Amino acid sequence: MNKSNKLWRLHGGIHPAQMKELSNRTPIGQIPRPKEIILPLNHSNGAIATPCVKVGDHVNKGQLVATFNIPVATKIHASLSGRVTAIEPRIIAHISGLPALSIIIKTDDSDEESFLPKIENWSAMSNDQLISRIEEAGIAGLGGAGFPTQIKYRSHAPINTLIVNGVECEPYITSDDVLMREYSAQIIEGTLIALKMLSAKQALIAIEDNKPEAIAAITSELTRLSPSNIELRVIPTKYPSGGERQLIYILTGQEVGSGNIPASLGIVVQNVGTIYAIRQAIIDGEPLTQRVITLTGTAVANAGNYWVPIGTQIQHIIDATTPELIPHEVIMGGPMMGFDVPSTHAPVSKVTNCLLIPAKNELPRRSEDKACIRCGLCEQVCPVNLLPQKLYWNSKHHEWEQAELNSLFDCIECGACSWVCPSEIPLVQYYRFAKSEIKKEHVEKVKSDQARKRFEDRQKRLEKLALEKDAKRKARAAAAAKAQANKETDVESKLGDQAKADILASLARVKAKKPKTEQPPKDADTLRLAWESAEEVVLKAKNKLKIAETENTATVSALVTALGKLETRAKKAKEAWMTASTPNNNHDGESE
Amino acid sequence: MILATSSSPHTKNNLSITAIMMWVAATLLPGLVALIHFFGWGYLINSLIAILIAFVSEAFILKLRKRPVIKTLTDGSALLTGLFIGLSLPGYAPWWIPVVASLFAIIFIKQLYGGLGQNLFNPAMGAFALVLISFPLPMTTSWAAPQGLNGIERLDITQQIEITFSGSPDIFDGITMATPLDHYKTNIKNKTADELLKTDEFANGPLYGIFWVNLAFLFGGLLLIMKKIITWHAPAGVIAGVTIMSLIFSSDPDIHMPISLHLMGGATMLGAFFIATDPATTATSNKGKIIFGLGVGMFTYIIRTWGNFPDAIAFSILIMNFAAPFIDYYSRPRVYGKSGSMKGFALKDDYK
Repeated sequence: MNKSNKLWRLHGGIHPAQMKELSNRTPIGQIPRPKEIILPLNHSNGAIATPCVKVGDHVNKGQLVATFNIPVATKIHASLSGRVTAIEPRIIAHISGLPALSIIIKTDDSDEESFLPKIENWSAMSNDQLISRIEEAGIAGLGGAGFPTQIKYRSHAPINTLIVNGVECEPYITSDDVLMREYSAQIIEGTLIALKMLSAKQALIAIEDNKPEAIAAITSELTRLSPSNIELRVIPTKYPSGGERQLIYILTGQEVGSGNIPASLGIVVQNVGTIYAIRQAIIDGEPLTQRVITLTGTAVANAGNYWVPIGTQIQHIIDATTPELIPHEVIMGGPMMGFDVPSTHAPVSKVTNCLLIPAKNELPRRSEDKACIRCGLCEQVCPVNLLPQKLYWNSKHHEWEQAELNSLFDCIECGACSWVCPSEIPLVQYYRFAKSEIKKEHVEKVKSDQARKRFEDRQKRLEKLALEKDAKRKARAAAAAKAQANKETDVESKLGDQAKADILASLARVKAKKPKTEQPPKDADTLRLAWESAEEVVLKAKNKLKIAETENTATVSALVTALGKLETRAKKAKEAWMTASTPNNNHDGESE
Repeated sequence: MILATSSSPHTKNNLSITAIMMWVAATLLPGLVALIHFFGWGYLINSLIAILIAFVSEAFILKLRKRPVIKTLTDGSALLTGLFIGLSLPGYAPWWIPVVASLFAIIFIKQLYGGLGQNLFNPAMGAFALVLISFPLPMTTSWAAPQGLNGIERLDITQQIEITFSGSPDIFDGITMATPLDHYKTNIKNKTADELLKTDEFANGPLYGIFWVNLAFLFGGLLLIMKKIITWHAPAGVIAGVTIMSLIFSSDPDIHMPISLHLMGGATMLGAFFIATDPATTATSNKGKIIFGLGVGMFTYIIRTWGNFPDAIAFSILIMNFAAPFIDYYSRPRVYGKSGSMKGFALKDDYK
C-alpha cells in the first residue's frame, strides 16, 4: 500500500445534499417473504428470454427459469421457491409503463434451494471454469447498467487493473455503503477471485470519503489479510465520481477514449455489489437471486437497507415497511439518475439499488423552464467537459449534426447540468430527445441507403443483362449469316451435280410425305391472325429502330438485321395465308 | 394510483436566475456606495432613473411581443441593466441621458434581439456608447469632481436632483472636472508624470476616489467568484490584457499612462468583473472567456492610448461582443476521452 496514491481532479461535478444518513444508520434488514415473484423476460434491446419452466411447475430458489439466446443478457433464476402460476405480461419497472412478458411465481415456505455446486478451492480452478460459473449464476453489473458480468471477464484485451467501485456518489443511496460495512471480508475475497479471473496485477477499491464506516471495515480487512495486490483509494465526495469513466480518471489520470471501453486501457471496473455476487456464486454456488436495496425518502417509515429477492413487487416492500403509505412518486435509483416507476406493482430487478419515495416537497421540483441566460454554470459542472449550453441550443433547434459535433454522444446523462441550471431547463431531457432522434434518423438513413443501393444495383444488373443479350443476339446473327453463306457456297461448291440431284429428290420425297404424317394444314383464319401479329411486330420493331436511330445507340445495326428477319417472316406469313385462303373460299369469304 | 413521472434528475440546485441577478446587483453595491461617497448622489439618481425606465420599457415591449410581463420583470435582468447604466454615466448627466440610454438598452439591444439571453451586445455598454457618441457634450463635461475633498462642496440630494433635472451642473461652481484618465491623457503632453501626479487633481482628488471605487468593484467581483456565479477567467483576461499592453507600451509614464492608472483609474474593474462576465454576450468556454477578456483588456489599452476616448471599456466590450461567437468556434474544450478539441467549422470527419 505504498505505491503512488495520487488522485486526479475530475472536471466539474456538483455537491447536492447527501441525504445518506436517512438510510445508513441501521444494519441490512430482511423483508417478509413476498407472496409473488415477477421475473420479466424482456431485455432492454428487445430480446425475449425463453422460459425453461411451464405453468404449474414447482421451482426451487436459485433454479434456472429462463435463458436468452443472445450473449449480452444474463440468465434468470427463481429468487424464491414456489410454483409457476403464469407466464403473462405484467407491468415492469420501466418509464414507459408498458407491460412485459414475465414468469409469475407464487412463493411457498418450502425454501428448497437449487444452488450450483460450491467451489471452495477456487484458486485451483481454471479461469474459464470460474467465468462460466459467473454466467451460470446470472450475474449482472449491480451498479446500474446490468451489463452481463462474464463478458467483462472474457474480454480479449489484457487487463492490468481491476477497479472495485464503492464510490456510490448518488445522493440517498447507501446499499453499497452498508454492504461494504457488513461484508468486507466477502468483498475482499470476491476481489481476489475477480483478480484471478482477469489475470490482473492490482485491484483498487475506491470509496468516497463520506463513508467512514465502510472505509474502516475495508481497511481492517485489508490489514488482516494484507493482500499485496489490493489497495484502498479514498476519493473526495463529488457527484458523479462514481461514473465508470470518471472514476478511472480520478484513480489513474487516464481517459477512456470516446467510443472505447475501459478494457482498452487494461482496466475493468466492477461495482462492490457485483464483486460480492461473484464471491457468492463461486464459493457458495448461489445464483444472483437477491440484492441489497436502499429504501429511503422521508415518506417511508423504516428507511434503511434490505435484502430483497429479485422480482419482489415494490408495493410489497412498501407494505412491509410503511403499510399506510400512499406514495405520490417512486424513484428507482437516486434523485440524479434514477427514473420514476410507473406503478408500485412493478417488480425490482437486478439493477435496482434504491427505491426513493420522497415526501411531497422533499425534492425541489423544476418549475417552468425560463430563457437560457448562457451563464455557463452547466459547463462548469460537466464531468465530460462538454458545452451543455451549446448542446441545448443544438437540441432545441434540431441541429443534429452540430449536436454530434459537440459530442452529444459522450454525454453520460449524469444530470449535473440540469441540477445547476438557474433557468431550470431540463437539459438532460433535451439531450435524450436529440440522441433518440439522431439514432432514429441514422436507422432511417441506413434503410434508405440500402433501398437506394438495391435500386441502383438492380438498374445496373438490368443494363448489363440487356447488353449481354444484345451482344449474344449480334453474335448469333453474325454466326447465322456466316453459316448461311458458308452453307450456300459449301453446298454449291462441294457437292457434285449428282449429289445435288439426290438431295433434291430426297427433299421432294420428304415434302410429299409431310402433309400425311405431320399436323394438318392450318386454316385460313389462324394464318391471317399469324400474319397480322407478325405485321404488328414489324411495326413495333420499326418504331424501335426509329428511336434507336434518333438516339444513335449501338443497337441500330442489330435492330436493322432483326427488322429484316421480321419482315421476311411477315411476308412468309402473308403468303401462307394467301395460299391457304385461295382454295378455301368458304372460310375466308366472310372476313374478306 | 397515479404516480408522478418526470425526467431525471429529480432534484435541482436552489440558485435561480433571479438569485444570480440579485447576487450581481448586491456585489455592485460596494462600488455604488463608493461612487456616491466620492462623486455624489448623481450615481444613485441616475441608477434609479435608469432602473425605472428599464422596467417600464421592458414591460411595454413585452406587452407588444405578447410575452409574460411579470415573470420576465422579476428575473432581475432589467434591474441589473439599469444599475449598470447608472454606474457608468457621469454623475451630473441630465435626466434624459439615463432615460435614453435605458430605453435603447432594453428595447433595441435586448428585446428586439429576442430578450434575455438572446442579445448580441451588452445592453448597458451599447447604450453607453450610444449616448457617448450622440451627446458628447454632456457626456464629457458632467463628470463629478470628488466631493468633500480639495474644498469642493458636498452636495446634498436635493441639490443633486436640481442638477439632474435642470440638466446643467453649472448652477454650482467647480463641481465638475475631467476624469483622471482624460486629465492624464491631455496633460501629459506638457508635464512629466511626476508633476502631473502631484497636482491637486491627482494627489488627493479624483484618482483617490476612483481608486477606492475600483477597489470596491474588485471586492464585489471576488465575492461573485467565491459564490461561483462568475468564473475567474474573463476578469483575469481583462486584467492580463491591460497589464500586458501596459508593460509593453507604458514603460515611460511621461508618454503613456502607467499601469496603475489603467487598472485602477478608470472603469477597468467594473468592466473586468461585471461586464466582461455578462453571460449572454461573451464567450462560452473557459478558454474562450480568457480570450474574450484578453481582447477587452487590449482594446481598452489601445483605445485609451491611441483613440479619441479617455475610457474604452464600453467600446472594447462591444468589439469583443462581435467576436464572441467566433471565439466560441475556436475555444471548445477538449471533451473527456477525445484526443483534441474541435476547432472552427469542423465537419464530422475532421473530428474524431
